[in-house]
Amino acid sequence: MSAGISVVGIGAVSAAGWGVQALCEAVRSGAEIERSILTRESFGETVNTPVLRVPEPGANVPKFPRLRRASPISKYAAAAVIEAVPAERLASSLAGEFRIGVITTLMNGCVIYSNRFYREVLNDPGIASPILFPETVFNAPSSHLSALLGSTSPNDTLIGDGAEFFTGLELAAEWIGRGEVDGCIVVGNEEIDWLSSEALRFYSRDYVPSEGAAALYLEAGDHGPQLLQVPDPLTFSGARARVDAARQLRVALDANDDGRTLLVDGRCGVLKHDQPENLAWVDWQGPKFSPRRIIGESLGASAAFQCAVAIDAIRSGQFARAVVTSVGGNEQAAGAVFGARPEPLSAVVKRPNAVHPSPS
Amino acid sequence: MAFRADAPSNSGPIAVAITGAGIITSMGQDISENAAGFRAGRSAFRPIDLFDTSRQRVSTGGQCEVPATSPDPRISKKTWDRMDRGTRMAWMAAREALAMAGLSGGAMPMMVGTSAAAMALGETYFKQAVATPNQRSGQFLRVETYQPQQQMAGMARQLGIEGPLRIISNACASGANAIGHAFHLVRSGKAERVLAGGYDALCQLVFAGFDTLQALSPSGIPRPFDAARDGLALGEGAGFVVVESLAAAKARGARVIAEVLAYGAATDIHHLTQPHPEGDAALKTMTAACEMAGLDSGEIDYINSHGTGTPLNDIAEGQAIQRWAGRDVSKIKVSSTKSAIGHLLGGAGSVESVICLMALEGQWLPANLNVRELDPVCTFDLLRAPRDTKVRTVLTNSFGFGGANATLIFQKEGGR
Repeated sequence: MSAGISVVGIGAVSAAGWGVQALCEAVRSGAEIERSILTRESFGETVNTPVLRVPEPGANVPKFPRLRRASPISKYAAAAVIEAVPAERLASSLAGEFRIGVITTLMNGCVIYSNRFYREVLNDPGIASPILFPETVFNAPSSHLSALLGSTSPNDTLIGDGAEFFTGLELAAEWIGRGEVDGCIVVGNEEIDWLSSEALRFYSRDYVPSEGAAALYLEAGDHGPQLLQVPDPLTFSGARARVDAARQLRVALDANDDGRTLLVDGRCGVLKHDQPENLAWVDWQGPKFSPRRIIGESLGASAAFQCAVAIDAIRSGQFARAVVTSVGGNEQAAGAVFGARPEPLSAVVKRPNAVHPSPS
Repeated sequence: MAFRADAPSNSGPIAVAITGAGIITSMGQDISENAAGFRAGRSAFRPIDLFDTSRQRVSTGGQCEVPATSPDPRISKKTWDRMDRGTRMAWMAAREALAMAGLSGGAMPMMVGTSAAAMALGETYFKQAVATPNQRSGQFLRVETYQPQQQMAGMARQLGIEGPLRIISNACASGANAIGHAFHLVRSGKAERVLAGGYDALCQLVFAGFDTLQALSPSGIPRPFDAARDGLALGEGAGFVVVESLAAAKARGARVIAEVLAYGAATDIHHLTQPHPEGDAALKTMTAACEMAGLDSGEIDYINSHGTGTPLNDIAEGQAIQRWAGRDVSKIKVSSTKSAIGHLLGGAGSVESVICLMALEGQWLPANLNVRELDPVCTFDLLRAPRDTKVRTVLTNSFGFGGANATLIFQKEGGR
């Protein structure tokens, strides 16, 4: 067997608040979070978009020079990382004695500064701000994270739909397995403004755009909940293929509805988004959470929130395993299995009462 | 690609080959046109007509000739129309790579690097959203096709590729990172073959961004490693390769263009947009790659440098090459092909990898054009004209905004 991969720390900044505790309490309670309205006026027309925003940061943003001018997405990511990475690991990394890789996943990325910068360009490119442009680049947040950690280890930004975070986990396992890094932080992060929020609602007026970041800090070993499996993501195109992909994902995950396994699914309350998972998991009787129903649809960060909720639940001792799934909007169905301790997956999946639908 | 904690560890590294390559740049639409251009020492800049440059300091770049209509009867007009400019170029390069490899699609992961993706569609969306906020016509399609995963998943489908898709966006190193990811997947036995590459198309936001940073050469002529260099030129294009296990390639009788010996990646945390002045991260990736390849610096015949032509980049890379090569530095041949086609951003690393493969195939080296007076950092052999020479092992560097640094090493098969 290859060395196990432990989830040593988690962090989150969400519409529920700054910190994992706020996220998990909100998901457990199931209570609706108060929405705000993004209003913009242009050429005499008004557009209102209900959204779930991250609360004002107060003192929660890490004090770090690069973050002073950074876009909110980088601040969310930095706060999640500082919460997830143990203090002694951070100190060792800053001292150059510990190699922490950085992987970020996102879909929209740095929309706020992109929006502002492009508006300036259209107005007069001669006076557009050179400070804004570098913060528009997809990998600006991950760059800031490496600097925050003092780490020159590999740093990758992955773009994909709302299920991309699992590819980040798989890549982290690759790096750790190859010995390229001693630890790896995987962060899903997004920010919203009118531009991205209105865009999401072209898919359905029922979406509630949201933002934030969640981070999982991984190391080799057995000193924390284990990353047991990340199957190949199932790519698709079209609504019918989303349904098939969700069914195939369930088979690949070998989820066992034994009462001790928690399902953390990607449903967000929008029927056409949720339908593939509704069908694939229709027989699931065990415990389940649907974090996106509470904290909104935050695209590249959503699956990261799900994983943070899953790890927190395992840590609580209530569950032996957690299965996390997401069917993204236009690319892939993906997921992961976490366990309280190392265990061969074959022992998990061979239980006689496991029920799986057939892939179509 | 899947991870299972109970999976057996792989026994050891697997030899990795390149069996197909494709390219489109402002120099030409395929390998033969690009090889002819680089071998002749041509440059390929022209006035940009894709967007308004009238209020920019610079109005030229390496703009490609991209077919307005589908060049393949299997790609419908509707499909071609929905591909953004970058994806069209990516598709052309990927199609050439697969054809050269003797493949017509199949089960394989696809690793893609891009920085701007379909930004031009986002720009159109933005302008309509501002001008007529409640006018929704065409906006949904723009939102959908703006997303690179939608474009790349569609491209995979058109190419007959079935498998996981990974899009890496590490700014100007993205294309090299994509090939590096593919290399590791094959080397570790996680995939038998992978389609990998990078692309980027010119767009207004990015062009204006580099202009505001005063990173573009006012003359429009980039002069990497010139003592009086004053900036880069932007270009566009795509480069794709089929990365495959050497054993699998031989088993199916594929021609091996080169072996991929190594990939090194590191992060420069000096500054968001400026490299460490002594090129620490570049040194780290070149050193790591050579260690993985089991090579000394003296065994590298040629470096395709990142060489943007900006004052800070070239001095940092030059310093890194000096530190890495030590006493061998004067023997190392170096050129920046950005001097001929511009900086292709997310496509640069993969396009420059394909240029390295062309050099290995043709036994020539491309030139570093437009140099009038050498910068003193050039203690290496800067190639100011194309050169026919024996080429066995090549290294290519890619560095990006945010500090993403990557190095790849390619070698003629049986070069050891």
